[in-house]
Amino acid sequence: MKSESRLLIGAMAMLAFAASALVVIPYVQVANVEPTPGMKPYTSTELRGREHYISNGCLYCHSQQPRAASMAPDAKRGWGRASVAGDYAFDTPHLLGTMRTGPDLLNIGARQPSVQWHLGHLYQPRAYVPGSVMPSYPYLFVIKDQAEPGDVVVQLPEGNAPAGKVVVATPEAQELVSYLLSLDRTHPVREQER
Amino acid sequence: MSTSVILASAFVLSFVALLVFIWSQRHGLFSRDSSGANVIFGADEIGRAEEPAVTSTAAHALQQQVNQVSGKMAAPASVSDLRARAAADESSTPVVFFMFCAAFAWLLVATAAGLLASYKLHEPDFLTQYAWLTFGRVRTVHLNAVAYGWAPMAGLGIAMFVLPRLLGRPLLGGGFAILGAALWNAALISGLASIAVGINDGLEWLEIPWQIDVLFVTGGLLVAVPLVLTLAKRKVEHLYVSVWYMACALFWFPVMFVVANVPELHRGVEQATMNWWFGHNVLGLFYTPLALAAVYYFLPKVIGRPVQSYNLSLIGFWGLAFFYGQVGGHHLIGGPVPAWLITLSIVQSMMMVLPVIAFTVNQYQTLDGYLSALRYSPTLRFIGLGGLMYTASSLQGSFEALRSVNAVTHFTHYTVGHSHLGLYAFVTLVFFGAMYFIVPRVTRREWPYPRLIAAHFWLSSTGVAIYVIALCVGGWLQGEAMLDASKPFMDSVAVTLPYLKARTVGGALMGLGHLVFATHFACMIFNLGPRRVGATLLGDAPAGAP
Repeated sequence: MKSESRLLIGAMAMLAFAASALVVIPYVQVANVEPTPGMKPYTSTELRGREHYISNGCLYCHSQQPRAASMAPDAKRGWGRASVAGDYAFDTPHLLGTMRTGPDLLNIGARQPSVQWHLGHLYQPRAYVPGSVMPSYPYLFVIKDQAEPGDVVVQLPEGNAPAGKVVVATPEAQELVSYLLSLDRTHPVREQER
Repeated sequence: MSTSVILASAFVLSFVALLVFIWSQRHGLFSRDSSGANVIFGADEIGRAEEPAVTSTAAHALQQQVNQVSGKMAAPASVSDLRARAAADESSTPVVFFMFCAAFAWLLVATAAGLLASYKLHEPDFLTQYAWLTFGRVRTVHLNAVAYGWAPMAGLGIAMFVLPRLLGRPLLGGGFAILGAALWNAALISGLASIAVGINDGLEWLEIPWQIDVLFVTGGLLVAVPLVLTLAKRKVEHLYVSVWYMACALFWFPVMFVVANVPELHRGVEQATMNWWFGHNVLGLFYTPLALAAVYYFLPKVIGRPVQSYNLSLIGFWGLAFFYGQVGGHHLIGGPVPAWLITLSIVQSMMMVLPVIAFTVNQYQTLDGYLSALRYSPTLRFIGLGGLMYTASSLQGSFEALRSVNAVTHFTHYTVGHSHLGLYAFVTLVFFGAMYFIVPRVTRREWPYPRLIAAHFWLSSTGVAIYVIALCVGGWLQGEAMLDASKPFMDSVAVTLPYLKARTVGGALMGLGHLVFATHFACMIFNLGPRRVGATLLGDAPAGAP
């Protein structure tokens, strides 16, 4: 090879080809897809909860993309139907995830709608799911001697709260749970998206 | 026309186009002339080993080995060639030294964060009180410290050292690169801090907020200045294969990084495909070419024998450039993305076998007969094993992209095992080897304790072997358990626990190796240890040569 310009032009052409396949065409095809009928945009509280989901790195262990029955028994596990592009119309940044160290969460709001369960599970996952490797998030809670008016007290299973104290959820914990409860993509998809 | 027909024809077309392209890049593609491979040697230098990483006695033994295999005595070095090389090395010394110091620091930071994350995954109630130490954040600090700290600082440092040697003239504008590297490291410090406090863009590999990314881009552009200046004023006519890889990596990365980080542009599922176009290409079109460039330079240089088939390296290069860019979609198999895109990525993942085989055959032929030299040269040992692991991780990756395999391995720790086979066992080991070669040239001192090099090699290679095997086996079992609808999900968690613990053990060995390496480097720069005035630095030059 004697010419650096030919080398670099060739190399950039290769990258441009790849970018058009993986970035530009998908942009044209699905960036402005219509939301699945029945879906609502996130509320501001849910969006703040989504920020906590990102900042605490939930996405590194939880996917949000149930696969089709032909590929995996995701639906049988209660994770929901295979997702379609319209399910993510309000999702920026996308949180599809690449790991299932924990279960898929795209329909966790439909599967487990209890606020108390989620708060308690964030405080100590092993109180609800023996053998879980999910970290506990004590920094999302405040331990108090007594609840004050307006406090959301977490009802933990026997023996999990510090003796004689109450566990109170911070606003961050409550926002995170409201985001989790908003994860519900059980609406039927449009015919052409199947 | 069905999708498969469209795909097949698009594929055939692009493949033919690639062949035509390679043809156009070089006349005489099938000629057996390999003179291009000789440009890394001076006049009469073929047959002379260069290995600054060892003491003069060991260098002599290495030369004996090389003489034995080639069946002739190496000619004495030409003083003018050695002078030119010494001038080239001297010109890059400040920037290489700066980048390597940063690389060492990030290696240790990344190791600590990775080890903590690994431990937390099987001890989930350990150190949970602090938000910045939660698994989701230390894991991300680990990835970013490797991806934007250790790997680029080591890789670019190596490139800065090799380029002036390959272009036949001292490095021009090295000061720009030092300034650029300083900005880059400042950006990384703020990026990691922002991840630790919980401010992050939310995309894997692209977590660092885009406001900080501006600093990375500025730093990166400044690092590229000496490349462009030196390339423009080069004294050699032929560009050696390592230059193709390094130059392209330095041009590919900024383009990908900018496209991926434009705020408010990417949305929904398209953002996911862009995410993996970037996430996979930063491996394949940045770290991989930097490491391959090092293999193509140091391996032949140490044993004093040019690359066996220069044309194979041409196929290896353009094959990588063409196929690799399109493979990222295999991270979304089974996901809500257009089906044609997934198929395209699977096909191109399999096609990556071609350039990988080309590289492997080439290295094998070059090393053939010289395996005994491995005993004498630490550079060769690290780079030889690293090159072999390039083949292993690429083949593993190709098969992992197949739908049937991916159905099991996707979403499991298998992927993490695979990524460490690539980024550690291949890229990092190659960088270690190159650094063992370069640091003595930069500090003008010998490595004081050869035994520490051996300890580092065995700790790192044993550690990564445990790591990769544990996660591949554990990840596979995890995937099988998840596919079995009759088993509760928690079974897929429980089955991985012994393997996650083994991974921590492997990681601890690797970490110990890094401590040994960093300590050895510190001994060298502070001039601790036995004093030897090395004649080894540039081989057995006649008296009076620099």
